[in-house]
Amino acid sequence: MIRALLLALMLLGTAMPVAALTMDSYEFESEAERERFRELLAELRCLVCQNESLADSQADLAGDLREQVYEQMQQGKTNGEITEYLVARYGDFVRYRPPVTPGTYLLWFGPPVILLLGLFFAVRLLRGRTGQEQQLNEAQRRRAAELLDEDDRGDGH
Amino acid sequence: MIRYLLPLGIFLVLAVFFAVGLQRDPSEIPSPLVGKPAPEFQLPRLHQPERAIDNAALEGEVSVVNVWASWCVGCREEHEVVKALANSGAAPVYGLNYKDAREDALRWLSHFGDPYTAIAVDRDGDVGIDWGVYGVPETFILDADGVIRYKHIGPMSETDLREKILPVIRELKTEARS
Repeated sequence: MIRALLLALMLLGTAMPVAALTMDSYEFESEAERERFRELLAELRCLVCQNESLADSQADLAGDLREQVYEQMQQGKTNGEITEYLVARYGDFVRYRPPVTPGTYLLWFGPPVILLLGLFFAVRLLRGRTGQEQQLNEAQRRRAAELLDEDDRGDGH
Repeated sequence: MIRYLLPLGIFLVLAVFFAVGLQRDPSEIPSPLVGKPAPEFQLPRLHQPERAIDNAALEGEVSVVNVWASWCVGCREEHEVVKALANSGAAPVYGLNYKDAREDALRWLSHFGDPYTAIAVDRDGDVGIDWGVYGVPETFILDADGVIRYKHIGPMSETDLREKILPVIRELKTEARS
């Protein structure tokens, strides 16, 4: 048991310092700048390993792009300008949060629209069901009354 | 009736979406550079490092730019196709030697053949970034004005050459003439 735990801890140790590995070599004037660098890289997708951000990826290109982002930060560029620089070359795909444009309407608004549609149909279905239970038509009511009458008479004996 | 048809309809629509989605290659990212002038570059040539090559070399006629490296397995895979393209005479094929060592690149060419009209050397990959290169090999087709009109990502197969690359070149040539 303790051995397994130790092993798990050791494996955890190998998994954690990935981000440190990709970013530790960069020098910053302040902790805030380092944090800004980290946050900006986390928002940008590595083109090679598409499920990794530039902050995590070990791909060669990701290293080059980190270097670019770092240099541009040192030149005083804003996050917006740096993102624009990458989007102009690689397209909106580099952004984990794509901009809201007609092309991405479906992406942004699709899920809430489907949720609302689902709610609408669920409510309608539930309402319809209770309504049916409460309403009897004329013929059913008469039949119910007859049954109740029979019952009453039965009790009278 | 509609109670049964509606879910069936939704299912069919989703099935079509998924079927289309599964056919697409997620590693092929549409380049925002298609339709834009080729990004500016000025680089040494591989064979004559003292001479520079820049955008002017790519203007005046339809041309192909093939990004390659000696360390790139896919480049070796497509090299016969690149040679066939160059030999067809459809358009001059320029090479962009990406993040490579000069000796390795020269050895690779002498071993596998050199179909390129000229080769620009992008030692640090900076021009590669400007051109939006993210995975060699990549192939760009430029029109006579030096505007990128088509981009192929990954190794070109003979089918790609026959059904995409050559038709695009032909189309751009007729466009340039008219």
